[in-house]
Amino acid sequence: MIPANFDYESPRTLSEALDLLASREDAKVLAGGHTLLPAMKLRLAAPSVVVDLGRIAGLNHIRESGDRIVIGAMTPHADIASSKVLHASCPLLAQAASQIGDIQVRNRGTIGGSLAAAHPAADYPAAVLALDAEIVTASRSGERVIPATKFFTGMFTTELRPDEIITEVRVPRTEGQNVAYKKFHHPASGYAVVGVAVRLKKSGTKIDSVAVGITGVAHIAYRATAVEDALGGKTTAAIAEAAAHAAEGVEVLSDYYASAEYRRHLATVFTRRALEQAIEK
Amino acid sequence: MARNGKANSKGNTKQAAVWVGKKLKRKEDPRLIQGTSHYTDDLKLPRMLYCTFARSPMAHAEIRAIRTDAARALPGVIGVFISEDLTGLGMVPCAIQMPGLNVPHHPVLATGRVRYVGEPVAAVVAEDLYTARDAAELIEVDYEPLPVVVNMEKALEKDSPVIHEQFRTNRAFTHALKNGDIQSAFKKADRVVRQRMVNQRLAPMAMEARAVLAEYLPGENRLTVWSATQIPHLLRTQISVMVGLPETAVRVIAPEVGGGFGSKLNVYREEGLVPWLAMKLGRPVKWAETRRENITSTIHGRDTINDLELALKKDGTILGLRVRILADMGAYHQLLTPLIPQLTALMQAGCYKIPAIDIEIQGVFTNKMSTDAYRGAGRPEATYNIERIMDVAAHELGMDPAQFRVKNFPQPKEFPFTTVTGLVYDSAKYQESIKRALQLSGYETLRRRQKSGWKNGKYYGVGVSTYVEICAIGPSAATPAGGWESGTVRIEPTGKVTVLTGASPHGQGEETTFAQLIADELGIDPDDVTVLHGDTLAVPYGIGTFGSRATAVGGTAAYLATQKLKAKMVTLAAHLLGAKSSDVSIGRGRISAKGGKKSIAFGELVMAAYTARNIPPGFEPGLEATHFFEPPNFTFPFGAHIASVEVDGETGEVKIDKYVAVDDCGNVINPMLVDGQIHGGIAQGMGQAMWEELIYNDEGQIVTGTLLDYALPKAHLLPEFTLDRTVTPTPVNPMGVKGVGEAGTIASTPCMVNAVCDALSPLGIRHIDMPLKPERVWSAMQQARASAQTEPQPTHKPVSSRATQGTYVSRKASRSNA
Repeated sequence: MIPANFDYESPRTLSEALDLLASREDAKVLAGGHTLLPAMKLRLAAPSVVVDLGRIAGLNHIRESGDRIVIGAMTPHADIASSKVLHASCPLLAQAASQIGDIQVRNRGTIGGSLAAAHPAADYPAAVLALDAEIVTASRSGERVIPATKFFTGMFTTELRPDEIITEVRVPRTEGQNVAYKKFHHPASGYAVVGVAVRLKKSGTKIDSVAVGITGVAHIAYRATAVEDALGGKTTAAIAEAAAHAAEGVEVLSDYYASAEYRRHLATVFTRRALEQAIEK
Repeated sequence: MARNGKANSKGNTKQAAVWVGKKLKRKEDPRLIQGTSHYTDDLKLPRMLYCTFARSPMAHAEIRAIRTDAARALPGVIGVFISEDLTGLGMVPCAIQMPGLNVPHHPVLATGRVRYVGEPVAAVVAEDLYTARDAAELIEVDYEPLPVVVNMEKALEKDSPVIHEQFRTNRAFTHALKNGDIQSAFKKADRVVRQRMVNQRLAPMAMEARAVLAEYLPGENRLTVWSATQIPHLLRTQISVMVGLPETAVRVIAPEVGGGFGSKLNVYREEGLVPWLAMKLGRPVKWAETRRENITSTIHGRDTINDLELALKKDGTILGLRVRILADMGAYHQLLTPLIPQLTALMQAGCYKIPAIDIEIQGVFTNKMSTDAYRGAGRPEATYNIERIMDVAAHELGMDPAQFRVKNFPQPKEFPFTTVTGLVYDSAKYQESIKRALQLSGYETLRRRQKSGWKNGKYYGVGVSTYVEICAIGPSAATPAGGWESGTVRIEPTGKVTVLTGASPHGQGEETTFAQLIADELGIDPDDVTVLHGDTLAVPYGIGTFGSRATAVGGTAAYLATQKLKAKMVTLAAHLLGAKSSDVSIGRGRISAKGGKKSIAFGELVMAAYTARNIPPGFEPGLEATHFFEPPNFTFPFGAHIASVEVDGETGEVKIDKYVAVDDCGNVINPMLVDGQIHGGIAQGMGQAMWEELIYNDEGQIVTGTLLDYALPKAHLLPEFTLDRTVTPTPVNPMGVKGVGEAGTIASTPCMVNAVCDALSPLGIRHIDMPLKPERVWSAMQQARASAQTEPQPTHKPVSSRATQGTYVSRKASRSNA
């Protein structure tokens, strides 16, 4: 529980932070610390320098911008969970945020930190996938806009380059759409054993389009395209049958708490429940 | 609340309770909440060094070589120590003696072999903690892996790897307890109910992990050891033996201690090594455990496999009980390791009349950390066994589980009640607590909801648990290190009172409850009573706080010391007031004679005892008394708990919607603290039932070794508790108090499992092993539904099958719409 020696930098501007990442070997970004600090204490990570983004102005905000809501990367989960703007215009993200960890975790953790860490059972990945969100990054070589569907590359790995920092997350306004996030909490960690985010458009009982993001089930959060294909254009009566495809085509995780068989079963149940909850509204 | 159990009070000094029975806020809390007090790891001494350990990553291996050069070369490192460096340092003690007990060598650092993950191999001492940890990372150990055995049944097989070769077996002991004619009980039985139950391994997980700080002053030949311990005096004795100093040269201080649950009722390797290092290096040395170390290297609890057979008449009368227990010792014995399962045997009959019993326990060595006392220490296992088999039996007999229990209770007039295991239960009215719990829970309504729920595919369950436990540990003849306790009461010249208790607390609130008790006795305010503890230089020898003994044994010692003082006060007052002693009474702030016509203020009387200018002949000046109280028996608190749950038929998740606890701990000194103990106890017991499991995999690695994996009960997982109590004073001590530290834990574990199995009974599920995590419950349901489908012909004779996956399905047809 005692980390190896490291330098600590606390830049005041994004530009200074990007300079540090570009110039220092083996730097790690601190943006909440729930993944990095435990790894350092266990000496699974031993970065030479920790670059704390906590004092950079302009990374903590939630604002409307045309047909999108833009969320600063250093916005804590608690702010997202309680944001009036998000509750009105993109409640799925707020719902996911409200179910992360516990109060202390939600006050300290940030959306950028969580996305960059890419924990396979984190809550945001399911939501940003279902929302077709965009993740905006910055580095000395400029800005990139990465679609959420392209962002996660593996367990704890992303498209993010070592010299890049997430600056903001852009989510669509979802007024008129139906959304829900359903989660099976791990009793110790609070992570999702299964977390399902759904967003759909319907006219009457006909489902015009549907997006389903699932976390906790595989080594990487994914869009359940088999569910989407089975449900798109059908009526709500097809929900149960479509949900059965929740873990189709993915290698399902197995651990002491939930076997692959059980997780697969939960994925189906929670996908169905999320879809049912979404259409209730 | 009236102290109606104050059996021994002398009439002329008795007065109404003013403070006892009040919900006084804890005196301890302001300093603890504000963080202005000190735990061991908060202490810093000049020139203090920091100690850390290199621990084994292997569960079983020969140590071929340990290379420490790189660690020693690191600037700031004072020393690196391995087993062969530790000249003059003794073994880790085990206090248990019993015939045929195999006691392994238990060196302070691994010697030749490692036998569990987390076993310390080398100690590093450095100027700061970071350097110490860096150096520990540089220690290289060559391990030659040995076959690992973590499963008790495999460990007892002939071809199993043997953990301690000198014993040629992994069997640590065999212990039997038999009474009554068991053969004929089973021969006469109309029905025999059998069930295997696994009591899983748990981590005690005190909020404050362990910590040790030691300083040695060679000129004075004084070793001072600060340790997060429940037993400062016993630890002092053991440290003096381990490091080879006279006991008079050793002082142990337990500063603030942040919980223990039994895990600090022990003597650990580090408690010998850190003092030895301080003596060797001539500088203070501190070690503070990390949470990871706490999980791997502080004792664990439970870990038993229990096979039960209950012989019954068809009217529900119990004829006999046969129990076979395998108890996992881990790789070594800690202080009390082999004792814990024997407590299970003693309490195995629960609160029932059982004419014949046959218990056999085998202690087994495995490649794991040692087990030892964890909240309840053997009694939760006993209660789980009996309360679960009672429920299984009730279901098989088609009887209501509450009525089945009541049928087998001893009647109040039968107390003191001698059990089939040889204990004498002091006092109880089991009928009243269950009656109260049934009322409070709305039992009939719950049963109605359950029946209608089953018709609609809803699985509601009601769990009942009626428990009795063993507290106020205990008479010395029945304990390994003395079962008495010391109490010293000193009225200082200014009238302020100091109480010294040997029952060193670690969160129990004795500074408050003992002050309430003594304040009433002396007619003063609790604010004028200061309770000191945890320093062997200040407090006469004592035993410690565990086994729900602090108030019943330690409180009684202080109470009886106060009676000695009161007698002196009466003598002196009679002298000063010119009255007969028999006419003198101690009131609130004044001591009066002859119906209050003459009186003297408390403060004046106390001062007179110290100035000693006008004292009766032969009167010993001063006002200080010590009493060592030896209890004549244990006490046996009891109660009835009822849980109401709903199981999600699709996922196996359990929703706890109601929990009722009616407990009887005898007379109550502070109802708020009693309720707090019950609350915490229920939560901890539910933790075992629902969430907690310390899993070792086949390689002996801990799978749930962090708090991200090991699921402690959290507030949001728990329902609101409805508490009530009955009051049956014990005759065992003059205050009539029984003890309450473990009751909640003991009762709630079987109560929860009973509730969940009750919910699933229409599926033919009779038992699921703990913790009742959703997948386990779901699997049991899946299995039951599958077997219901393959067996369309229902048989009404359920067969108790011994499955391997921890779920047991009797071949009873599904009554639900599954």
